[in-house]
Amino acid sequence: MSQHHDHHHGAGHDHAHDHSHLSDTEARVRALESVLTEKGYVDPAALDELIETYETKVGPRNGAHVVAKAWSDPAFRERLMTNASEAIHSLGYTGRQGEHMVALENTPTLHNMVVCTLCSCYPWPVLGLPPVWYKSAPYRSKAVRDPRGVLSDFGVSLPEGTEIRVWDSTAEIRYLVIPMRPEGTEGWSEEQLMKLVTRDSMIGTGLALSPAGLQEAAE
Amino acid sequence: MNGAQDLGGMMGFGPVEPEKNEPVFHAEWEERAFALTVAMGGTGEWNIDSSRFARESAHPATYLASSYYQIWLGGLERLLEDRGLVTRDELDAGRSLHESRPVKRVITKDLVAPVFGQNGTYEREPAAPARFAVGDAVVTKVMHPAGHTRIPRYVRGRPGIIERIHGCHVLPDSNSLYQGEAPTWLYSVAFKGTDIWGADSDPGLMLRVDLWETYLDAR
Repeated sequence: MSQHHDHHHGAGHDHAHDHSHLSDTEARVRALESVLTEKGYVDPAALDELIETYETKVGPRNGAHVVAKAWSDPAFRERLMTNASEAIHSLGYTGRQGEHMVALENTPTLHNMVVCTLCSCYPWPVLGLPPVWYKSAPYRSKAVRDPRGVLSDFGVSLPEGTEIRVWDSTAEIRYLVIPMRPEGTEGWSEEQLMKLVTRDSMIGTGLALSPAGLQEAAE
Repeated sequence: MNGAQDLGGMMGFGPVEPEKNEPVFHAEWEERAFALTVAMGGTGEWNIDSSRFARESAHPATYLASSYYQIWLGGLERLLEDRGLVTRDELDAGRSLHESRPVKRVITKDLVAPVFGQNGTYEREPAAPARFAVGDAVVTKVMHPAGHTRIPRYVRGRPGIIERIHGCHVLPDSNSLYQGEAPTWLYSVAFKGTDIWGADSDPGLMLRVDLWETYLDAR
């Protein structure tokens, strides 16, 4: 959301007063933090630590590591498909919203997609905090009824006849989609493979990048 | 409750609009609202189910017009008032006006990693064996509780098949009202898209929904 207020001031105008134009929401959050801090219910340093953790340490790179490892290490893949919680936790990806994990493997005839129609349940330890679209009404309303329409919103189309399996995460089970390994990646290292694994491919609204797609994304 | 949070199958919200290179947070107030919600959740004054219930208790028009962190903010204010920790006049004033009881635990900076980075579990010791086995034919109950529940409207009264037994989990319907965890068997139930959306829906659409035993009947 843009914090810019258009006042049509002339060039060189002093903008120091902009802080007095807080939106209602900003003012509410500020008031709430003041009250909770004064009462000793929250520690501002803990708030900073939480923000930093989810901004810098927990994110889709973790999930990409899980997927790349599953692609390149058959024993790990087996563990992941049998007991995803154990396999994922063993890599150190633990914590809130990742307690009970299930891995869903895409195949040429089956495509998995994950949604939370009732709120915004999402596997934080492996994917970080959810993007806005994941939490928004268009996705939550449409994914369970018209997943092909959703895929088309993401520019993805799957062959006719592919089963599309939509998982509505209504409980504390969190799902991680294991996208298909792209062709032309034989012999690639885990590190190289990780770069192909996008966040959306682990939700099921996208596919893993092809080697050519990776090059394009880098350019 | 049949609130605005229960979005599965609704129409008219338009396409899903992913944002390229989306930041984790879009404004500073989002960071603070997120951290306040998580830190206050760590006090143990409420649970994940009561916090979801608080968010979905927003007026439907407000819910649908709010961004997700605005919904979180409203939910947090509601919980604080409901638990007698903060009063409305304090939220309006932006400072503490009354003496209030201490919370069970304050999340300090050093507690962030141990409390939020390590695994809890929602699985509990069962009081009785699971009623259903994998492969059993079930039908979801037609139910419209005024309290919190995790069976979406679109899947009520529909035939399905038990596909996986997740274990015996905390029951949100009871836990959200602070009436105990009422450990209940939790299943992944398979549905055909055509059984939910009708004959003209995509024949390749299949759904999986996590549902507690109390939401299911044998068929």
